[in-house]
Amino acid sequence: MNKDPKKPNTSDDDPVTAVARVTRRSFLARVGAAGAAVGAGQLPSAAFAESDAAPASDAPAKATDGTRVHVRLNVNGRDHQLDIDPRTTLLDCVRDHLQLTGTKKGCDHGQCGACTVHVDGRRVNSCLSLAVTHEGEAITTIEGIGRPGALHPMQAAFVEHDGFQCGYCTSGQIMSAVALLNEPYGHTDEEVKEAMSGNICRCGAYSNIVSAIQQVRRKA
Amino acid sequence: MEFFQIKRATDVKQAIESAQMHPDSLQGGASIRFLAGGTTLLDLMKLDVERPAQVIDIHRLPLDRVEAIGGGGVTIGATVRNADLANHPPIKSHYPVLSQALLSGASAQLRNMATTGGNLMQRTRCVYFRDTATPCNKREPGSGCSAIDGFNRNLAILGTSDRCIATNPSDMSVAMTALEATIHVESTQGKRSIAIDDFFLLPGTTPQHETALAPGELITHVTLPAPVPGNRSVYLKLRDRASYEFALASAAVVATVSSGKIDHVRIALGGVGVKPWRSREAEAALLGRAPDATAFEAAAEAALQSARPQSQNRFKVELAKRCLQHTLKLATQTA
Repeated sequence: MNKDPKKPNTSDDDPVTAVARVTRRSFLARVGAAGAAVGAGQLPSAAFAESDAAPASDAPAKATDGTRVHVRLNVNGRDHQLDIDPRTTLLDCVRDHLQLTGTKKGCDHGQCGACTVHVDGRRVNSCLSLAVTHEGEAITTIEGIGRPGALHPMQAAFVEHDGFQCGYCTSGQIMSAVALLNEPYGHTDEEVKEAMSGNICRCGAYSNIVSAIQQVRRKA
Repeated sequence: MEFFQIKRATDVKQAIESAQMHPDSLQGGASIRFLAGGTTLLDLMKLDVERPAQVIDIHRLPLDRVEAIGGGGVTIGATVRNADLANHPPIKSHYPVLSQALLSGASAQLRNMATTGGNLMQRTRCVYFRDTATPCNKREPGSGCSAIDGFNRNLAILGTSDRCIATNPSDMSVAMTALEATIHVESTQGKRSIAIDDFFLLPGTTPQHETALAPGELITHVTLPAPVPGNRSVYLKLRDRASYEFALASAAVVATVSSGKIDHVRIALGGVGVKPWRSREAEAALLGRAPDATAFEAAAEAALQSARPQSQNRFKVELAKRCLQHTLKLATQTA
């Protein structure tokens, strides 16, 4: 049905069945809802997006009660107001509270790089950062750099060079690679490998990842 | 992770007053912690090794500058990111050993987060310290050391005691030790300055006390003295894989050779000591001598003379000697 394998079926006009539209995630969510009767009232936070960007504030993060902290986060250009447990990492915040699940949890201890996002344009491990400390900073996740049909050049290069197998580390690899191009590292393959050493790929797609990065650099 | 209260500090005064106001601001026993990059602290909080009741977010304190100071030295703010410090042009040109050490540590992402002050406060990677199911005198004083008869391949051979053999994991602090850095701290009691070699403590009978920081004290900046004219400095790190790994042995050397003789040298070792390991014995063995293989060997022997290897890390004695000899060669060879 999908004539171009590089182009996912996303248009409403595509003649796909309801079954084909079931993703792994939506399937798990439905099974979970049926099996455990998880209701909307049990969502981990009250999250809502603001349509108008609110002015940034330097006021200290203030506790709404003893256990929750109110925080305003800018993620992928949108402002969000959240009441969250102060223990919430930036990683858990974007995945569980903002439903931006492209960022992956690997080791959860800063050792694998799967959770890499950008904070004010710099790559960081979102698992080792508390969400409440990022008020007033611009956070970018994989969803913020490209989307199906309008891929970031690095995403397109990863597809072209087979820079992945299972894909679990890929969003972290791509976020790391995009940031790398703005960092003062050398341009040889060896230097790219060194600069990408914080992103582990257990499938071993490393050489193709380097090829993808070098292609984007040459075209830039 | 245990629950904590979090407070953001926007200036040093607010940070140290917050630390002071807390009824029980013990940094050793950790009911309060300053949080900057979070790369050590949050990791250990997830493991329940660190359990602060209050966290003070200091990552946006205005301590993020590297500036020249009178007399030719440099001052480095406590919240300067490791990546920014490593790539700072005057650091790269005047203190290459520091830039090299920083870039050999962790990953690009972690270096974008980790700060100067936080790196000084980095805690050991000893697996028993990180595992609350096992005894550890550093984590739980008096409970015993699991590493002495356990997995100790990557642990210390210099400065150990029968209570603790944990290695200090920092690369930055090893370079700063060879550069004779001074750590500047501040609390509501006032300001004071501590030579880096006095900042880090030996474990002795109290391995839970790792630094000279008093309760409520905040590291505000680090100063480096002016570089010795004509010096060369090198950091060499040996490890199990080529990148993104802690040192098995490393060496930082700052040396000046004039008229064929070594007339200034500072040496610190990493990966082998309970703290960044300044070797005055090795320095003494080199001073006034020609920079040749015989002198380097004598220095390496002197540096490791007091080594006390454990069951699995005897190899580190020879590894550290060769690491130091090679680093000395790199720091003194003429182009």
